[in-house]
Amino acid sequence: MGALSIRNVIKRFGSVEVLKGINIDVDDGEFLILVGPSGCGKSTLLNMIAGLDTISSGEIAIGGRLVNDLSPKDRDIAMVFQSYALYPNMSVRDNISFGLKIRKVPKDKQDEIVRRVAKTLQMEPLLSRMPSQLSGGQRQRVAMGRALARDPALFLFDEPLSNLDAKLRVEMRTEIKLLHERMKTTIVYVTHDQIEAMTLGDRIAVMKDGVVRQLAHPQEVYDNPADLFVAGFIGSPSMNFIRCPVTEESGRAGVLLEGGGQKFSFHAPDSTQNALKQWIGKEVIMGIRPEQITDRSPWSGDNPHVLSRSAKIEVVQPTGPDTLVLIHLNGTPVNCRVHPEAGPQPGKQMSLMFDLSKLVFFDPQSERRIS
Amino acid sequence: MAEPHRTQTAGGQRLGRVLIYALLAVFALYYLMPLFVMLTTSLKTLDDIRAGNLLSLPKEITFGAWAKAWGTACTGVECDGLKGNFKNSVSFVLPAVLISTLIGAFNGYVLTQWRFRGSDLLFTLLLIGCFIPFQVVLLPMAQTLGYMGIANSVVGLIFVHVVYGLAFTTLFFRNFYITVPAELTKAARIDGAGFFTIFWRIILPLSPPIIVVCVIWQFTQIWNDFLFGVVFSSGQRQPITVALNNLVNTSTGVKEYNVDMAAAIIAALPTLFVYIVAGKYFLRGLTAGAVKG
Repeated sequence: MGALSIRNVIKRFGSVEVLKGINIDVDDGEFLILVGPSGCGKSTLLNMIAGLDTISSGEIAIGGRLVNDLSPKDRDIAMVFQSYALYPNMSVRDNISFGLKIRKVPKDKQDEIVRRVAKTLQMEPLLSRMPSQLSGGQRQRVAMGRALARDPALFLFDEPLSNLDAKLRVEMRTEIKLLHERMKTTIVYVTHDQIEAMTLGDRIAVMKDGVVRQLAHPQEVYDNPADLFVAGFIGSPSMNFIRCPVTEESGRAGVLLEGGGQKFSFHAPDSTQNALKQWIGKEVIMGIRPEQITDRSPWSGDNPHVLSRSAKIEVVQPTGPDTLVLIHLNGTPVNCRVHPEAGPQPGKQMSLMFDLSKLVFFDPQSERRIS
Repeated sequence: MAEPHRTQTAGGQRLGRVLIYALLAVFALYYLMPLFVMLTTSLKTLDDIRAGNLLSLPKEITFGAWAKAWGTACTGVECDGLKGNFKNSVSFVLPAVLISTLIGAFNGYVLTQWRFRGSDLLFTLLLIGCFIPFQVVLLPMAQTLGYMGIANSVVGLIFVHVVYGLAFTTLFFRNFYITVPAELTKAARIDGAGFFTIFWRIILPLSPPIIVVCVIWQFTQIWNDFLFGVVFSSGQRQPITVALNNLVNTSTGVKEYNVDMAAAIIAALPTLFVYIVAGKYFLRGLTAGAVKG
């Protein structure tokens, strides 16, 4: 039995459809990420799961129980908000136990739960403080504590880390992941940050304009994006998109490229051969991730999928672990990720290794994946 | 080069400061003058008043005028001073202030945390209430009070002031609560709190700054009101503002300036008291929404 099931959910504001038929099933103990640019409807969907927003049509079930007409308090959920939403007039202890008090949990049971939650989140010394006396990270922790105290069937997180500074965000990210691994709770987590999505999720639902564009395991989303939007949204720096004509060379489909005055062709991976053959003579968009263009082959020895080509370096951006190098292919700027020891120099030619095994192709009109 | 320039500026600044303070002192004196005249006159004997001028200090201090204003001065036919009317005013001002503040808080809560279709329109309409002059509502209000059977009573006067004050109190609270993040209400709803629980346990505890503003505003307005008092009450039930007017206008041959002044100060004391006690919260509350806490 799934912990959460969303069937054909539509949300309209007046005549505008902001969610256009969402279908998602979440298993017990699964960590689902809803990710997308602002305005894609992910927060609306979360609010509808929570019962804070009404459903125009479709069904939402939590733990096998239809909750369309249940109020938030009867849905067996807890939610962590972006602004933490701690009650400013209550101490940390009262913030955590407020929901228990409302639900008339006996006092000694309340104390026990508060103690347990405080221990889990290592915030025992903070219990008698007021929210205004806490740092951002501590407030975030209290907000999570408040959710944990209720021990609900489903946790909802609404961009919980976006108000924290970069360093703290990474720490809290790890903490949330640890917490999930320890407690095995079902979580639906909304974020616009694709790194959070990749690192935290068991599965990612990439949304745009009220539609789930792809729902899959993070690595699957990364390696096999369903369309141009997903490919560009997930990954940083994002995937390079190069328009190129499709040709045939000794029975194999490939794409023609031109860079630094030389022309060459990339043959497509076996899995896309059949599909790409339909496109011979036409233009497609080729997608290649920056780490697939590097200064030396990640594999030792000969690899039929790795091709070495020389290109003129335009810009060099060191990031520490690796250096981003900008070249031009088919008149499009292309990011490559090389080792800093390779010592790339702007204006110089450099020999680069292209890993063609993970090339992806998109239909320039529909922007759907060709495969 | 920079050194003499800076000195020059500092000197210029000091001169500016002196001018500003001098100007402020002049204004302060100007505004305090009437109070000074009232206070000294109320402490003088009638002979003293006739002999000296307006600004002269009393030759001997006497509280006779105060006692008379409080207890025995004539306000028309009766000669019981202002004490009865003072109690009248207290008896309807306090409930009217409390009720209008509470309803304003409630309105503000609904208009910001439980938005509904047309809530902004409703708020705009309520705002228009702030601009309706007292005189316009006199006749319809008299009729309404008559229908409700509370004409010429303390309850009626409370009702009038609550209705008239609602526009202002709602405005205050709505503009304060608009700064309260909506997520707070959402979190409380998920925690299981209902409409009224959220109001009492979450929203109202956040409100002391704006409650102070609202209470001061409403207290001053209602205590100082003359028109509603004179129209919707009579005789024994009249508020102190109306009685003061009657007291000053009732002459038995001699115009007793010292009694008039004492009576005026008595009528003004409660509002002065409220300002002195809560004044600093007033300013704090007015600016509370502007600065994020």
